[in-house]
Amino acid sequence: MQIIESQKIYDVIIVGSGAGGGMATKVLADAGLKVAVMEAGPFFDPANPEQRTQLKWPYESPRRGAGTQRDFGEFDAAYGGWNIEGEPYNNIGDTKFDWFRSRMLGGRTNHWGRISLRFGPNDFKAKDRDGLGDNWPIGYEDVKPYYDKVDKLIGVFGSNEKRYNDPDGFFLPAPKPRLHELYYIKGAKKSNVDVIPSRLSILTKRINNDRGVCFFCGQCNRSCSVYADFSSGSCLIFPAQKNGGQVDLFVNSMVSEVTIDEHGKANGVKYINKEDRQQYTLKSKIVVLAASACSSARILLNSKSEKHPNGLGNSSGLIGKYLHDSTGTDRAIFVPELMNRKRYNEDGVGGLHVYSPWWLDNKKLDFPRGYHIEVWGGLGMPGYGTGFNPNDLNKHLGLTVGGYGNGLREDVKKFYGSVLGMSGRGESIARKENYCEIDPTTVDEFGIPVLRFNYSWSDFERKQAKHMHQTFEEIGHNMGGIVLGDAPGKDKDYGLLNPGRIIHEVGTTRMGSDPKTSVVNEFERLHDVDNVFVVDAGPFVSQADKNPTWTILALAWRTSDFIIEELKKQNL
Amino acid sequence: MDRRESLKSMILGSMAVGLTLESCVTETAPEVIEDKIWKYTYGRTPKEAAFDEDLLLDQFFEDQELQIIKTLANLILPPNEQGTIEQAGVVEFIEFMAKDVPEFQVKIRGGLMWMNGYCNTHYQATFVNCTEVQQKELLDKMAFPDMEAEEQVQEVQFFSLMRNLVLTGYFTSEVGIKELDYKGNMPNVWDGVPQDVLEAHGMSYDAEWLAKCLDPDTIGDMAQWDNEGNLIS
Ligand SMILES: Cc1cc2nc3c(=O)[nH]c(=O)nc-3n(C[C@H](O)[C@H](O)[C@H](O)COP(=O)(O)OP(=O)(O)OC[C@H]3O[C@@H](n4cnc5c(N)ncnc54)[C@H](O)[C@@H]3O)c2cc1C
Ligand code: SF4
Repeated sequence: MQIIESQKIYDVIIVGSGAGGGMATKVLADAGLKVAVMEAGPFFDPANPEQRTQLKWPYESPRRGAGTQRDFGEFDAAYGGWNIEGEPYNNIGDTKFDWFRSRMLGGRTNHWGRISLRFGPNDFKAKDRDGLGDNWPIGYEDVKPYYDKVDKLIGVFGSNEKRYNDPDGFFLPAPKPRLHELYYIKGAKKSNVDVIPSRLSILTKRINNDRGVCFFCGQCNRSCSVYADFSSGSCLIFPAQKNGGQVDLFVNSMVSEVTIDEHGKANGVKYINKEDRQQYTLKSKIVVLAASACSSARILLNSKSEKHPNGLGNSSGLIGKYLHDSTGTDRAIFVPELMNRKRYNEDGVGGLHVYSPWWLDNKKLDFPRGYHIEVWGGLGMPGYGTGFNPNDLNKHLGLTVGGYGNGLREDVKKFYGSVLGMSGRGESIARKENYCEIDPTTVDEFGIPVLRFNYSWSDFERKQAKHMHQTFEEIGHNMGGIVLGDAPGKDKDYGLLNPGRIIHEVGTTRMGSDPKTSVVNEFERLHDVDNVFVVDAGPFVSQADKNPTWTILALAWRTSDFIIEELKKQNL
Repeated sequence: MDRRESLKSMILGSMAVGLTLESCVTETAPEVIEDKIWKYTYGRTPKEAAFDEDLLLDQFFEDQELQIIKTLANLILPPNEQGTIEQAGVVEFIEFMAKDVPEFQVKIRGGLMWMNGYCNTHYQATFVNCTEVQQKELLDKMAFPDMEAEEQVQEVQFFSLMRNLVLTGYFTSEVGIKELDYKGNMPNVWDGVPQDVLEAHGMSYDAEWLAKCLDPDTIGDMAQWDNEGNLIS
């Protein structure tokens, strides 16, 4: 097999078209640079009727939306999931890390939860407070201007609450709470847990003339055909093209490594075109990796050469190390007062309308970092699973469970919308012992060595999860609900989901000022190679209990501005 | 190429995303299939579409098994003025799920055989040919889980699975969704819980919170902020 070389030299090759890659594409193309975007998955546009799942009814699928082909149900927009045919990954020993990947233009931003939280001042300097992990080399004041710009460019609803560590921003108006959310507020207030409007990147007001406004179908995970929620394709890459940007999209193109010149500097990438299964190279002056934290680490580790024997940018040996995900555990509450509810359209936006930001002081607790609580429930669209165990809840009412006949119709209708849930999402401590690395025993279907993971929780996370369940129980009782199931015990890690399950994996190319203890500098530039940048969540030193994407976007913009400045100064 | 294969390639060739399950699909005129192909268009990738088509063109249950499923489904959820098992396409749905989730296959096939075995022993007739009184006598043995037991016996597990599939098949159908009275999945403007519902639940919106919320009348306006991030439009 022969490698097919392209003669064209781009200013920048961007690997991956998700949050980080989309933002870099927009900012760099708007600045007039010649950009190539490499994306392993196919082209995707939520407005394309052939790809659209929004507003479909369950009976339009022969499996009624069951998640047999797509992990979050057949109408979810993710092309990918926990397992991708032909692209395996492994775990070391009995550790378990679950890795969610999407292969499509826009990556996971097509179907993510749109929860868009800024990190606060404390979050960048967590070590100062508890001595654990490391501080970021930058602080909130460095990122704030970019958070502000991201709010305005992309749009996020929420409210200014003057909470020091949950900074205010430029918010669109919030949607009013739904009924089950009012029950949650009632329970939370009685339990002294703060509740505020949620912050989601969904347009509840117009921000430009290219994107529509939310029409409240509650289906953002299906990707919005009028572009009212944030997806990287519809809100960054298409606008960059429309703006006259020189953007070449290479879809179905799987990058295997970054190539280097005789001085050890990057000069492009090697990739496999999935359609003809041939190897190609593409040349550029700068390479920006945005393939998602673990995928970018994999590309760097696979880019071995005489100059960079441990992989590109890996003189510290830290690529892949300090992998961390948010913690998570969930609980459901049955609220008898919500039985036999009056029906009305309660779809709202595709996500929660209210949430509880971290409200306590860890100094007074037996675990070091906080968590927030997300709420779900309501009169949602039926799907595969609706009507399962139709009257199990009867046991709480002293009534018969099971049976058959038309009484079941009444049971399903009676309980519809009477269960709500809470999900705790917390900060874990980044530790060197949790990592991904190249697995020399396995390649994917493109012949590229794959990753294996080694990740375990510590007592910091377990104690936090225990606290989450105590909180859920208290709030549940205080809203007049019946908490379902028993609190998971020590044997079950207090209900902590497997690492990876919250899909906030970060930290694999961490940021720092010392090249011995970090992989990239504060502008997400490899310490070892000055024309390679990483703009996904790899550079995160820690990730707070805040979902990562708004910070990925802000940092990718900051890094792109830096690249433009360096080019102007002819430093690159 | 046999008829079934040629039909399959014809459908694949026409970029179809699926077709309804007919018990004798090979006997169905191509026009009829063409006519129904678009019933299942829900944004599949080409690979997913091909997978669905394979399942739809295949048949797992034998006709007599489908008969039992139909009879059982009609006992679990008897027809009434709101909707029927047939209108909801429940039997076709169960046939599809058995191919989509292979673990269901032995459980369901075995459960159906077990029911027939029971009926033959006790009533000297297959389940379908038993009287309704006899059928219900059997169902009474299967339909009620033992709340104290760690694990339910096979026939109870089987019945729970069938009840789940029947109910979810029904309530995800057009008639079922109407009966459940789900009102969404259409463009609208969310302006909070209706006043009468709030009152019925003893709830109200607090004024401070409402001040942060969207006003349906200005939703189409262009957002503008002052330097502090206060929305001024
Ligand atoms: C169900 C779900 C809900 C979520 N909810 C939230 C939320 O509410 N809030 C939040 O902040 N975050 C949320 N997330 C996480 C969020 O989606 C990610 O943080 C974000 O998308 C990461 O952006 P990224 O650019 O790093 O990577 P991705 O969005 O994963 O994009 C990476 C892209 O790179 C491509 N790629 C990978 N390897 C290669 C290669 N070798 N060559 C070429 N291309 C490659 C991939 O195909 C993909 O398109 C959620 C995720 C999921 C799955
Ligand atoms: S809830 Fe709003 S933003 Fe989300 S998909 Fe529906 S219309 Fe689009």
